[in-house]
Amino acid sequence: MILAKIVGTVVATRKDERLVSSKLLVARPMDPRGKAEGVYLVAVDTVDAGVGETVLIVSGSSARMAAGLKDCPIDAAIVGIVDTVEVHDEAPAEAHTRAGAAPQGRVTVPGD
Amino acid sequence: MQLARVIGEVVATMKDANLTGVKLLILQPIAPDGNPAGRTLVALDSVGAGTGEQVFFVRGREAAFPFYPAEPPTDATIVGIVDHWHVP
Repeated sequence: MILAKIVGTVVATRKDERLVSSKLLVARPMDPRGKAEGVYLVAVDTVDAGVGETVLIVSGSSARMAAGLKDCPIDAAIVGIVDTVEVHDEAPAEAHTRAGAAPQGRVTVPGD
Repeated sequence: MQLARVIGEVVATMKDANLTGVKLLILQPIAPDGNPAGRTLVALDSVGAGTGEQVFFVRGREAAFPFYPAEPPTDATIVGIVDHWHVP
């Protein structure tokens, strides 16, 4: 799943009949710190999200598992409205292969 | 499946009913040297992982399988906590 910010709505009169009465929103994917990344998406809303909210988007065939979207021709669904995001990005506690890593420039050959 | 480090968590009150009671964690995929490799993502937790741990996760439709017979709408789920790995 990815985090995204809702930036707009989509209205389509002619569409697949299984999309009738689905709410379509335009979302901008973002990283956990709020920085926009990637391309804009059109996603089906299942949780009553609105413009400006941060949401969780599930993509691919898994999107069809969201409530009410079985057998719908979609590949992105909004499945949650995010309250808070907490990030603790520390350096890896012990990067296993790093502890005894070779100094830069030296190549360790397997079986050496 | 891919290696990743758990770097945070997400709280969402309004969500799909099948996501109730499941932990949402932020993952940073990593290379075997521990460095970040690719974009962060949000994954469901099926093994009790926490921030700072190294894990592996599954993507795609199969990400719902750990919760069988429930079918939460997820495209990424943590399925293992890594003790250690070795890449010569």
